[in-house]
Amino acid sequence: MASPAPGLEQRQPKHPMDAPGAPIIGPGHTFASVTEKIARITLTRKTPLFWLVGFLAAFGVLQLMLLAVVNLLFRGIGVWGPNVPVGWGFDIINFVWWIGIGHAGTLISAILLLLRQDWRTSINRFAEAMTLFAVACAGFYPIFHTGRPWVAFYWLLPYPNTMGLWPNFRSPLIWDVFAVSTYATASALFWFTGLIPDFATLRDRAKSRPWQYLYGFLAGGWRGSARHWHNYEMSYLLLAGLCTPLVVSVHTVVSFDFATGLVPGWHATIFPPYFVAGAVYAGFAMVLTLAIPLRRWYHLEDFITMRHLENMAKVMLTTGLVVFYGYVMEAFFAWYSSNTYERFMMWNRMFGPYWYMYWALIFCNGFVPQLLWSKRVRTSIGSLFAISMVVSVGMWLERYVIIVTSLHRDFLPSSWGMYSGTLYDWSAFIGSLGLFVTLLFLFVRFLPAITMFEMRMLLPGALVPHHGHPLPHSIEEEVR
Amino acid sequence: MSTETRIDLSQVRRRLDGQGGRRYWKSLEELAETPGFQSFLHREFPENASLWTGDAGGRRDFLRLMGASMALAGLTACTKQPPEKIVPYVRQPEGIVPGKPQFYATALNDHGYAKGVLVESHMGRPTKIEGNPEHPASLGGTDLYGQAAILALYDPDRSQNLLLEGEIRTWSQFTVALKAALDAQKALKGKGLRLLTEPITSPTLAAQVEALLAEHPEARWHQWEPAGRNSARVGAQLAFGQPVETRYHLDQADVVLSLDCDFVSEGPANVRHIRDFASRRRLQAGVEPNRLYVIEGSPSATGASADHKLVVKPSQVEGLARAVAAGLGLAVAGGSSDRAAFVAGLVKDLQAHAGRSLVLAGEGQPPAVHALAHAINEKLGNVGKTVTFSDPVEARPVDHLASLAELAADLKAGQVDVLIVIDANPVYSAPADLDFKAALDKARLRIHAGLYLDETGERCQWHVPLAHTLESWGDLRAWDGTATLVQPLIAPLYGSKSVHELLAACSGQAAKPGHDVVREHWQAQLGPEFEARWRQALHDGVVAGTAFAAKAVSVQPGAWAQAAPAAVSGMELVFRPDPSVGDGRWANSGWLQELPKAITKLTWDNAALMSPRTAEKLGVKVGSTSRGQSTELVELRYKGRSAKAPAWVVPGHPDDVVTLHLGYGRTRAGRVGDGLGVNASLLRTSDAAGFGGGLEVRATRQAYTLACTQDHWTMEAQDQVRARNLMRVVELEEYQRDPHKIAEEFAHHRPAKDLTLYPPDHKYEGNAWGLVVDLNACVGCNACVVACVAENNIPVVGKEQVAMGREMHWIRVDRYYEGDLDDPAVHHQPVLCMQCENAPCEMVCPVAATSHNEEGLNDMAYNRCVGTRYCSNNCPYKVRRFNFFLYQDWETPSLKLQRNPDVSVRSRGVMEKCTYCVQRINVARIEARGQDKPIKDGDIKTACEQACPAQAITFGDVNDPQSRVAQLKQQPRNYGLLEELGARPRTTYLAVVKNPNPEVSHG
Repeated sequence: MASPAPGLEQRQPKHPMDAPGAPIIGPGHTFASVTEKIARITLTRKTPLFWLVGFLAAFGVLQLMLLAVVNLLFRGIGVWGPNVPVGWGFDIINFVWWIGIGHAGTLISAILLLLRQDWRTSINRFAEAMTLFAVACAGFYPIFHTGRPWVAFYWLLPYPNTMGLWPNFRSPLIWDVFAVSTYATASALFWFTGLIPDFATLRDRAKSRPWQYLYGFLAGGWRGSARHWHNYEMSYLLLAGLCTPLVVSVHTVVSFDFATGLVPGWHATIFPPYFVAGAVYAGFAMVLTLAIPLRRWYHLEDFITMRHLENMAKVMLTTGLVVFYGYVMEAFFAWYSSNTYERFMMWNRMFGPYWYMYWALIFCNGFVPQLLWSKRVRTSIGSLFAISMVVSVGMWLERYVIIVTSLHRDFLPSSWGMYSGTLYDWSAFIGSLGLFVTLLFLFVRFLPAITMFEMRMLLPGALVPHHGHPLPHSIEEEVR
Repeated sequence: MSTETRIDLSQVRRRLDGQGGRRYWKSLEELAETPGFQSFLHREFPENASLWTGDAGGRRDFLRLMGASMALAGLTACTKQPPEKIVPYVRQPEGIVPGKPQFYATALNDHGYAKGVLVESHMGRPTKIEGNPEHPASLGGTDLYGQAAILALYDPDRSQNLLLEGEIRTWSQFTVALKAALDAQKALKGKGLRLLTEPITSPTLAAQVEALLAEHPEARWHQWEPAGRNSARVGAQLAFGQPVETRYHLDQADVVLSLDCDFVSEGPANVRHIRDFASRRRLQAGVEPNRLYVIEGSPSATGASADHKLVVKPSQVEGLARAVAAGLGLAVAGGSSDRAAFVAGLVKDLQAHAGRSLVLAGEGQPPAVHALAHAINEKLGNVGKTVTFSDPVEARPVDHLASLAELAADLKAGQVDVLIVIDANPVYSAPADLDFKAALDKARLRIHAGLYLDETGERCQWHVPLAHTLESWGDLRAWDGTATLVQPLIAPLYGSKSVHELLAACSGQAAKPGHDVVREHWQAQLGPEFEARWRQALHDGVVAGTAFAAKAVSVQPGAWAQAAPAAVSGMELVFRPDPSVGDGRWANSGWLQELPKAITKLTWDNAALMSPRTAEKLGVKVGSTSRGQSTELVELRYKGRSAKAPAWVVPGHPDDVVTLHLGYGRTRAGRVGDGLGVNASLLRTSDAAGFGGGLEVRATRQAYTLACTQDHWTMEAQDQVRARNLMRVVELEEYQRDPHKIAEEFAHHRPAKDLTLYPPDHKYEGNAWGLVVDLNACVGCNACVVACVAENNIPVVGKEQVAMGREMHWIRVDRYYEGDLDDPAVHHQPVLCMQCENAPCEMVCPVAATSHNEEGLNDMAYNRCVGTRYCSNNCPYKVRRFNFFLYQDWETPSLKLQRNPDVSVRSRGVMEKCTYCVQRINVARIEARGQDKPIKDGDIKTACEQACPAQAITFGDVNDPQSRVAQLKQQPRNYGLLEELGARPRTTYLAVVKNPNPEVSHG
């Protein structure tokens, strides 16, 4: 059965994401202008100055990570701050934070694709890239947070060996290994598959031999034949179907790292949904944080329109409410359970030595997103950018509160302790931000940050009746 | 001394180092031609130099020696170790089976007294010290110092060379100089000769000293020990008019009153005291529980065990003691009218238990209090029952403060020509008013002999390194007079001489081995059948029948009975030996520095301890951060001197009193002990060695960080201890009325066994190991912690790491406060791995590095651990320890000798924890299998159990209903820590049962 190209299916006209009057592509574009505008960013010989400056700055920040890792490998994990009782600190906070951020990419690409949300087209490519880079940043931590990274990176994998040793399949950390590696693999495949037609476009437009060869190699012999398009669309849809459960499963498994433990503050059934919502929330905040400067610097306001930004704000508001509900329920359960440990844990979060972390978290994730109820805030670039930054900070604080304040005072008061990150904790964290931004800079310079062929499909010229399907009128309206 | 130009070894070594190993021969030739090196060689062997001129054989010997020394000097320039051949024994020494340890009985020198021990030796290297069950001061237990002694043996900072003003000399050079000096003194009848030692109980040594003094009749022997038993000594003299040894029998006492006496820590019989005291806290059939009253001026481990604790200023103890004495009808004046209700109840209780009660006075109190205690014991008819007396065990007991003051005066007067200091360190520890440092320099020839080149050794011309007790022959007496022959476990690591050899050299027998000296002494004592008795004594660790007979003495009336206690005004400063490093002699022991001190749980520092109220008054704030405990320095101004020390708040400390422990502020202790804390001796004066008034404390607002393993004494922690039922404490009366009440009260806390998601896959059909800690017997002495460190190769991590919460102890003694912040009850709870049957740690380990075995142990496979630390996060007891860095010292050669070969030495990045000493279980299992017999109860003792002087820890097979551990777990006061979590811990606790007197009020 042939399946229609994404975005061409007929839909109900009134959808909360379809705010009338806000187009998903600016007026006056043709196939050629879309291709030209997007491909030019990649193919231009002149590297813009702001790119060079930004890239070098990010690359410089990345060296902090090198500093942290070299120190860690030579001296030991003790250069970071964990101790007994707080066995995990910045390492796992950052891991969960980055993994969460990655979720927006998959959600935008896969779920919105399946839901025929065509507004996703202009943001899905770099959201996917962001996912991959965030997973790369996240993947760094679980390996290097171990005492012996040189064995940890393969002992956690189930491989046949002469000693008959297998990982402990009861441990959530093993589930993590599978969840995160599956996630990274699926996301990479999905991203690469989506890039193939655009690689072909770049191959055809590249002026110099080496670039022609490189893009040609990556395009894998794509000639744009009907058969190619047919196979492509099928595989893309299948991959989207594969990725969809991952959106839910990855952070669910990550939440098991905590929920299956018996530490008060971790051992809670609410964790999986609350973590998934938090991940989407954090991911959209990050997409906004990236999209706003990107569209401005590369003059992509026509492709990433106010409608995109507003829709993302709506997703943020919704997931933010779910997360906030999670916080409220945690407190309620602690009280309602009448369990000494749970009650003390909650009391300690709110009024113990880390009270400021907890209240900062409530402020960032509970109160600030409420501003998004207002359309004026949702359509103000400045406030959206500020709110998405606050949310990113809030989500980092959330993991800090969950990990540190639960561990630092658990069962035996004799073993209570305090935790704070060391210089190397901070340098690894800031360095990972550097890695993320470095990869993003490389991405926007060398790959099309917006899907050219899908953007072209949003144009009126693409609206040729296909297998007898009528034109989707919403697109007609928008183009007009 | 000589004025010739010297070439020092280090200079030679530097020169050799600079040449590089490959050009060794050439450079050595060059080097040997330098006049400096030739003179160095010549002076290295001044005696052997005569060989050069002798016959051909002698010359050959000389060349051989010279070649060896050149080779040694060259070694430092080589980068590779010379090849070594390992060959098997041609003739196997009798009794040695490779891989099997041997145990030898000997004794350790504890402030001059013997603590009998059995030393475990692996292929000729001692690795672990256990108590000797046959020895009266041990009965099988040890204290923390007994456990730490093995590290002192291997301490790389021990003095290794005989020195003259910092230059290496030989023993023969020294003996020549010594002989010359003593010969000169002989002509003066020894007028200018002084000997300074610590107390001596060794019969051989005492005889040697007496012989030396006989040769030099006008020479004087002084004794000094900063935190010894001076008050006891002087107090006994005061009460009885003669020096006597007081021996307490706490197992016989129903009611015990401690007048500021920390009898579980101080004195040569402390291990025995703990054993005897704990034997009456055991709540078993046939054991009548005792009752302990403590009146204390500074928090102590003994106070924590009290049924009634009265916290007063140290100066008030004497008044209360007088009031008790007066209440009992003694003609004693100066009784305090404070706390009359408490005193009245106490007096009534003592009277009701006349003959079965015991009053002990503490070392921190003046001699009069000791005399009062003797008078009270006599009045109550306790003498001969709970307290006995004997001739002094020490040779020539003297008042140490007076003795040292006398020496200082003689020194200042320039009357001392030759001063021989053996093992004492007065430059560091003398009271400040004696100004001993300056006085010492007035002696013309100063000879120091000791394990370390310490503060005193540094200021002496000659320094003679002494051999460790485990390296030398000797003898010592225990608190009851029982003699032990001290035998070496290993040849002296640095060729040092024993103290007997030094004294022999003083008497002109420079070459006499210590073995012969000791043997000759005992040959005279043991008489016929000497050889058999000598061997028997070496085997047993005691010389049979040498305990001193009880002696009848009676209290002489004296001025002490009538004099009112000396008035002490203002704030008071208390000097106590440190609970971990004592008077400073243990300062270089990493194990003891890192040991959380009893009560305060501080490590690596001493501090100005004060009550919460005093701290509030001073405006001192203490807090807890992720990098240690923040506090501030306070300036202590006392008798015209001042010192700065970090303040630390201790609930239950008397108000307006500051306790400053001795033993810190060392400057020549070694790598570990230098520069830690403040030296309390710089404030201490000889007229008030225990405590004194007139202290002024000023906050300086200078921040300071302390490393404390457990600082959370805040009210919220206290509430949580109660809410979580971590410490279960009942009163005896209540317990006797309904023993099962404790169990029932918490019955709902124990979840059903099948409340688990996982199938119960462990059946435990063979042995099932378990452990019980009797919290009522535990006195929190910390011996178990050090024993565990010694047994299990546990590394020392240092102050900074402890401050970050990264200490490595597998067993810790948790301290909880109960009740009022100003006068709380204190409880100890040793916590080790619970070996949960349903262990939270096992489930979460991704690589199955910690897994369950069929005997119920949570095994750790260190080689498999990747170090995710998830197991530690998920351990509710937080007993897991992580190697955040390479904590273990893999480099220092001498420390390698100490390691237990049966236990892995862990590297960086792996988790570790208590294994119930699985290596000992395996030894017993192999042994039992070999004999085709089951393992007997008691065959396996964990290191903590074996060391515990209170016998509070019992390990065994819970599947065997007859085992001690299974029997104890049947007691109604048995409970599991946090049992509501369903982890089913194999380690359980027996609740504390306090025995307060309903008629006593603390008013």
